[in-house]
Amino acid sequence: MSDQTTYTSAPNAEDPYATGQDTSAGRVFTVTGQDWDTVVAGVADSADERVVVNMGPQHPSTHGVLRLILELDGETVTEARCGIGYLHTGIEKNMEFRPWTQGVTFCTRMDYLAPFSYEAAYVRGIERLLGIEDEIPEKAQVMRVLLLELNRLSSHLVAIATGGMEIGALTVMTIGFRERELVLDLFELITGLRMNHAFIRPGGVSQDLPPGALEEIRGFITLMRKRLKEYAALCNENPIFKGRLENVGYLDLAGCLALGVTGPTLRATGYPWDLRKTQPYFGYESYEFDVPTRDTCDSYGRFRIRLDEMHESLRIVEQCADRLAGLDDAPVMVADRKIAWPSQLAIGNDGMGNSLDHIRHIMGESMEALIHHFKLVTEGFRVPAGQAYTAVESPRGELACHVVSDGGTRPYRAHFRDPSFTNLQATSVMCEGGMVADVVVAVASIDPVMGGVDR
Amino acid sequence: MTEERPDNGGTPAKAPESEGVTERMPENVPPSTGEPTERVEAFAVRRGMFGVGGTGDTSGYGGLRRSVAMPGTTQRPFGGGFDELMEHLESALARHDLARALERAVFDRGEITFYIRREHLLDVVRQMRDDPDLRFELCSGVSGVHYPEDTGRELHAVYHLLSMTHNARARLEVTCPDDDPHIPSVVPVYPTADWHERETYDFFGIVFDGHPALTRIEMPDDWPGHPQRKDYPLGGIPVEYKGATIPPPDERRAYS
Repeated sequence: MSDQTTYTSAPNAEDPYATGQDTSAGRVFTVTGQDWDTVVAGVADSADERVVVNMGPQHPSTHGVLRLILELDGETVTEARCGIGYLHTGIEKNMEFRPWTQGVTFCTRMDYLAPFSYEAAYVRGIERLLGIEDEIPEKAQVMRVLLLELNRLSSHLVAIATGGMEIGALTVMTIGFRERELVLDLFELITGLRMNHAFIRPGGVSQDLPPGALEEIRGFITLMRKRLKEYAALCNENPIFKGRLENVGYLDLAGCLALGVTGPTLRATGYPWDLRKTQPYFGYESYEFDVPTRDTCDSYGRFRIRLDEMHESLRIVEQCADRLAGLDDAPVMVADRKIAWPSQLAIGNDGMGNSLDHIRHIMGESMEALIHHFKLVTEGFRVPAGQAYTAVESPRGELACHVVSDGGTRPYRAHFRDPSFTNLQATSVMCEGGMVADVVVAVASIDPVMGGVDR
Repeated sequence: MTEERPDNGGTPAKAPESEGVTERMPENVPPSTGEPTERVEAFAVRRGMFGVGGTGDTSGYGGLRRSVAMPGTTQRPFGGGFDELMEHLESALARHDLARALERAVFDRGEITFYIRREHLLDVVRQMRDDPDLRFELCSGVSGVHYPEDTGRELHAVYHLLSMTHNARARLEVTCPDDDPHIPSVVPVYPTADWHERETYDFFGIVFDGHPALTRIEMPDDWPGHPQRKDYPLGGIPVEYKGATIPPPDERRAYS
């Protein structure tokens, strides 16, 4: 841009905002990046050191559209508050107007970094209401665990990548996204989509494993084993990294429990609470893995836990791959045809759609099959009245779905207990009394995803 | 959590309150299996066989009426450690002269729900957190549900509690009528409920008395109405596709 130079110079009389305005709340400056000189000049003659800064909602280090309202005394944060809601899309309300199965398509869009966890929590709620929790085929359960753990890898990679980027460690960012891309490739291979999969369905998963997927997964495990060491080598003992992260964003066990904080932040206080171990689901009790903990209660501990958890996730993925090798033609959907989606997907010459065998069956062979398909696809199945609360361990902590059914074909209410939403409440506790530069680190160590916070 | 349900054929000690005398005679009370023994919580009425709304019912079942009910009060034993939980809760409440606070308990699909009278909520959650036999140290969250047909108790606030010490979950449900939407805030006991209560206020209009700063959290501050209530429309516009018009989701044919 040709007029870029005008921004760098101090007070610009033509810009109505940069010079500041006097309001009842004090002097207000709108700062967009390069005009800090204006602010410095504007407040220099004031004896009051107290400045209220709006960080965000559009700020590169706020993980989406988080607005932080910081009250500063010099460089010290005296008060920190979050403003959320900028990404509220009414997903929960929308789910009340769609059949149970379609709800998966909605809730997968909440936390775009850990979509499988949301599908899993919601689907578990439906399955509990239907009373079919014990009837889910083994292969479907193994595939769910496989995807959930791959998802934990990709989510933690983003957490570490963006967290590194925000403190200036750009290499961590580039290699983090490089590895995440590998996981997304696997997702694309298995589910057809890189994100927003809607793959875990009530009763099982939507499709069988494609041919060649196991080899890809094995290759990925081998590669990741090598690559994960790079993160440790880059960061673990890096003095700048440690200097920025250690003793920043302190939150101990009592604080975590009072504020409802779960996930890596809770485990960084030394308490090994992981729902995969304590309240297992999808057969997690039959996998061998450890729950890494640290007792530093700070951002560095949380970073190390995420790193360690990726190793554990790789272990689980490997066990999943071994099990899937022995489950070649096993079903991936519950046997009850009144719940299971009637058709498999297939690639035709006009793109992806219902498998041609199925079309032939319902259009040419069986009127009853056509009626059944039509009823199940347009109406959906009915779920007995009641309510269920099902929790899974998402990469960010306890993610749960409270589903209420009125006995109809749609959720009466589906509420998500989002870990980002709950954990974000700890921002003020972690940041107040610290430096303004540490706010960025503390928020990054919570790893909030605003799509999940606002839903 | 294991879900063992002992085969106990004994008659329940306490008879359900809301039924007639003949229904309460011992031979008319089914043996308890931990399953809900009565379904009282009717909150909606369905007409017709297929639940189709908006278009004419040509099925011949248009006169059919069914009432929809939530699982009702459950008689003990529940099994799976929930009986002990209930005993601990009852004795803790009795010790603090709060026996009235527990309206009823529902055990359904391996989850227990305690219905608490709203005026005692704060005392009850304090016992839930502090009593060594209960020790629900984590409040997982608060969610609201709006049952417009449940006259006199239209708004429900549902608290999901987790005891890490005993590895147990319990649910507290508190109701309030639409014209007096007040429930005491649990923030003094569970600070984590702060944002959850703000969210429930935002979406349902339940006023949590004693909350430090009960403001909207997801919707803009000046937003009219509470979007998750059943009487609040979903909104949306009809979409035209290849000459046909598809109505917005809340105006499409529903089968519920």
